[in-house]
Amino acid sequence: MTDSGSTEPGVSPLVRCRGLTVSFGGLDVVERVDLAIDRGQIVSLIGPNGSGKTTLVRAILGLVPPSGGAIERQPGLRIGYVPQRLAVDRSLPMTVARFLSMTQRTGRRALVVELEHLGIGGLADRPVQDLSGGEWQRVLLTRAVLARPDLLVLDEPAQGVDIIGQNELYRHIRALRDRLNCGVLLVSHDLHLVMASTDEVLCLNHHVCCTGRPETVANHPAYVELFGRAATAELAVYTHHHDHTHDPAEQGHSHG
Amino acid sequence: MDDFLWRAALAGVGVAAMTGPVGCLLVWRRMAFFGDTLAHAALLGVALGLLLGVNVMVGVAATSALLAVLLAASARQRLVPSDTVLAILSHGGLAAGVIVLTLLPGVRVDLMGFLFGDILAVTRGDLILILAVGLVVLTVLAVIWRQALAVAVDEDLARADGVAADRINLTVVLLAALVVAAAIKVVGILLVAALMIMPAAAARRFARTPEHMAIGTVVVGVAAVFFGLAASLAWDTPAGPSIVAAIALLVVLAWLTPRRAISQ
Repeated sequence: MTDSGSTEPGVSPLVRCRGLTVSFGGLDVVERVDLAIDRGQIVSLIGPNGSGKTTLVRAILGLVPPSGGAIERQPGLRIGYVPQRLAVDRSLPMTVARFLSMTQRTGRRALVVELEHLGIGGLADRPVQDLSGGEWQRVLLTRAVLARPDLLVLDEPAQGVDIIGQNELYRHIRALRDRLNCGVLLVSHDLHLVMASTDEVLCLNHHVCCTGRPETVANHPAYVELFGRAATAELAVYTHHHDHTHDPAEQGHSHG
Repeated sequence: MDDFLWRAALAGVGVAAMTGPVGCLLVWRRMAFFGDTLAHAALLGVALGLLLGVNVMVGVAATSALLAVLLAASARQRLVPSDTVLAILSHGGLAAGVIVLTLLPGVRVDLMGFLFGDILAVTRGDLILILAVGLVVLTVLAVIWRQALAVAVDEDLARADGVAADRINLTVVLLAALVVAAAIKVVGILLVAALMIMPAAAARRFARTPEHMAIGTVVVGVAAVFFGLAASLAWDTPAGPSIVAAIALLVVLAWLTPRRAISQ
């Protein structure tokens, strides 16, 4: 993370937070967070419930003002946002196709093609309120993709999706990263799936506990302390094909 | 048909054409009670207008704006939920309005007239005003429609897409206030609120898109105006309540229509 995120010299990251702090009622929910996301990079934000993940995302999206530090966005940055929870009120009649062309006008054909990428091409004329959790997640992802984003922001995209669906979803996210050549900021508390498909992990508990490549973070004492040994052992199953490298350069600051 | 009937029908159509679509935006955002509050508190505006000797519409517009500010300020606290705040403003405004009305020196106020309006007494001036305001409201609505819809779906998502949600919210509130101010003298406080919220409930049954629903509310509202006026003419019932009763009947009929009969 931090400055090591920029692979090519002279290329600035899509988004960079420096010492970002967000407080509500005098309480620091996000505390001095440094974070940079490059084009083509998948950055995962993990942490327990209430650790400030969603607040950090909302700050990056410009939905909550920072109380300290700075957020630099590349000029003209297009963000495709998939929120954690979104329920369209039943009183509002809305088909999938209408929902997808709401803020950006998209031709019907382009829209159906994009839906087919996620295997839900037949849903275009269905009311959005009638979709299953997994179908709705895909529609939300399609909406974000149609914006031709430079940065995809996904807040708990695997919610309400079964394990098989989750594997497929993460495969899609990687494919999208390649196809759109965008950066991805992924929020999850679902450790193993995240670990298996991420370039960088940032472990958040209001402040950044540890950061680096998945296998590095998985063995970081701060991570083990936060998630417990059981979760760490489970992770080993998914990351065993990587060697357990311990590169101190990739570890961020620890607790304190 | 007599002149006054034509004026009543046209005024009713003009009001229904703007209350329905604005009402949709309130219903979708679960702000139906806000329309009610706006209308109830408008009585205070009427009373203040009469007291200060300014146009009643100016009084209503002023109290509506004040209401919007109070509501926005109350959003900063979390201990009292927003629907409770609306109830406070609604009943507080209504009570204050009645008190000020009865304190007016030398004026015998027709409270029933303000509550239910007197659509059969619409003057040529009233009619022109309603049609002009209707034109403004529908034009503004058409301009902000896509953004207002995005905000109705989800405010955060709209903001993330670059929609200036605060400005849209304020515009919708001001449109609602304008609708109330234009229609209150003619159709009354209770009728304005009913015409904003009830047609949406009937139109939802048949709508597949938000635009269908908005147009549906106009159809329902206009039909109710004609049914209400016809009933008033035939059985000498009060015109305003007859229109509201007609909408209620249309809502029931819409929801009794078998699902198979609706081409979905």
